[in-house]
Amino acid sequence: MYWNETIECMSRDEMRKLQSIRLRRVVEHAYHNSPFYRKKMQEMGLEPGDIQTIDDIVKLPFTVKQDLRDNYPFGLMAVPMSEIVRLHASSGTTGKPIVVGYTRKDLGIWAEAVSRCLYAFGFNRNDLVQVSYGYGLFTGGLGLHAGVENIGGTVIPMSSGNTQKQIQLMHDFGAKGLACTPSYALYLAETIHNSGIPLEEFQLRIGAFGAEPWTENMRKELEEKLNIKAYDIYGLTEISGPGVGGECECQNGTHLWEDHFFPEIIDPVTLQPVEPGQEGELVFTTLTKEGMPMIRYRTRDLTHLIYDKCDCGRTAVRMGRILGRSDDMLIIRGVNVFPSQVESVILELPEFEAHYLIIVDRVNNTDTFQIQVEVRPEYYSDEMNKMLALKKKITNRIQSVVGLQPDIKIVEPRSIERSMGKAKHVIDKRKLS
Amino acid sequence: MLIKQLSIFLENKKGRFTEVAKLLGEAGINMSAFTVSENSDFGILRLIVSDTDKAIQVLREHLYAVSVADVICLHCPNQPGALAKAMEIITAAGVFVEYMYAFSEGAAANVIIRPDNIERCAEVLTENKLELIAASELYRL
Repeated sequence: MYWNETIECMSRDEMRKLQSIRLRRVVEHAYHNSPFYRKKMQEMGLEPGDIQTIDDIVKLPFTVKQDLRDNYPFGLMAVPMSEIVRLHASSGTTGKPIVVGYTRKDLGIWAEAVSRCLYAFGFNRNDLVQVSYGYGLFTGGLGLHAGVENIGGTVIPMSSGNTQKQIQLMHDFGAKGLACTPSYALYLAETIHNSGIPLEEFQLRIGAFGAEPWTENMRKELEEKLNIKAYDIYGLTEISGPGVGGECECQNGTHLWEDHFFPEIIDPVTLQPVEPGQEGELVFTTLTKEGMPMIRYRTRDLTHLIYDKCDCGRTAVRMGRILGRSDDMLIIRGVNVFPSQVESVILELPEFEAHYLIIVDRVNNTDTFQIQVEVRPEYYSDEMNKMLALKKKITNRIQSVVGLQPDIKIVEPRSIERSMGKAKHVIDKRKLS
Repeated sequence: MLIKQLSIFLENKKGRFTEVAKLLGEAGINMSAFTVSENSDFGILRLIVSDTDKAIQVLREHLYAVSVADVICLHCPNQPGALAKAMEIITAAGVFVEYMYAFSEGAAANVIIRPDNIERCAEVLTENKLELIAASELYRL
């Protein structure tokens, strides 16, 4: 089922035409209404007239997260504050948060984008969807909320936390859908399992998971543990929030709603566009945003784009799995390590739980690379040899994938903190001292 | 004759065993025997208790990783050569011992054995007139 068939299945040519028209308009808007963008363009000797088609986008300057911080809180708004009807902010773990403003039309487009995702996941107006993303400044909760209402479904606005109640209401109300981070979904699955309520008593069929990168193995695990189909919903606050893209029933790439959010892939070092299909950093330009347009915003997410028509019938470009973030990369003893590499190994070994914690430190001028893992209950052995063999197995697997020998520490069941929102998988103590 | 032994995974951290002992004590469960096998990261606490099912329930409620294994308990005189005799029989029967631990009191000694082939091990020891004691007897010791 399509929410907006005309757009989602539009021919590539028509889409390029639509994108060209909209790019001209948004550049015009940004140039005339945002001192920040006008200055940036003038420095490059650019005028709105230089941008005629979507191919001209490469002439435009990039925007980075630091630009949002430098212009905190409202410096990037391109409309008077009287036009802004909603603010969101992303949690700033370092320094100031970044703030985003939406006009009424922006909110409508955001809800439209989430609606397309929800239809692609298989929801419709008859379905109850439990939204267990945090409500508030974080875009997850209110973003999904608006989408479910827009398709006429029934939203259960749980927000995150209070896990026992989450399960009780999911059970009693007969929620068909669950929207939250994949790590919280995993925690809910464990809690359901421990509650003793049979999984058959739940009506849950579909998971809409996002706000953090996750792997194919994690999908398998969630689908098995919750007896659902699990779909990726992608988004970022700077561009609007969740719903910038979503998977379809083919589960073979995340469709990006490119009539509103135009994606490019660049080489994060040279900043040049890569060949179509190559991996690199994902960059978005908001083609229709009024409140706070983003031109060539560098997401830091590393992925690739697929332009072939999908088996679901949609022509909308697909994004592959996010391999990591160019700024999540850890450099340990000179080796580039992505937490996602570690995660993929842990998830493919049935003996270990999906929860893990990477702790990097520097002892005697040498980096240490510890990974805490939990063994699944049925794999704990009373024999030391077997436990040591498990440790050796995961050590060797991670070493072969990452290229660095980890110090594996098997910890007691459920001693790694379960996350209600975005999971914290890395502690880099080198940064603290 | 087979005895249920619990194994609990414990991180090498201060107070872990204390907590287990306290939980079992509060639940009115007595420990008849225990041993700890450890390396630098973690230990495996093996123990035989008066109420195995209840102990499992209490420990799992507190999220401990508990597994159950069958062991046998050899009851022999507390004197030189007694254990050697039993071990010779076990070895001659081609049985491999994964681990064992013992405690003695007065004239008698009790040896808890975890063999790779528990039926065969019990069989050869009994054939050779060595005494294996039942769980119920062990708990009374």
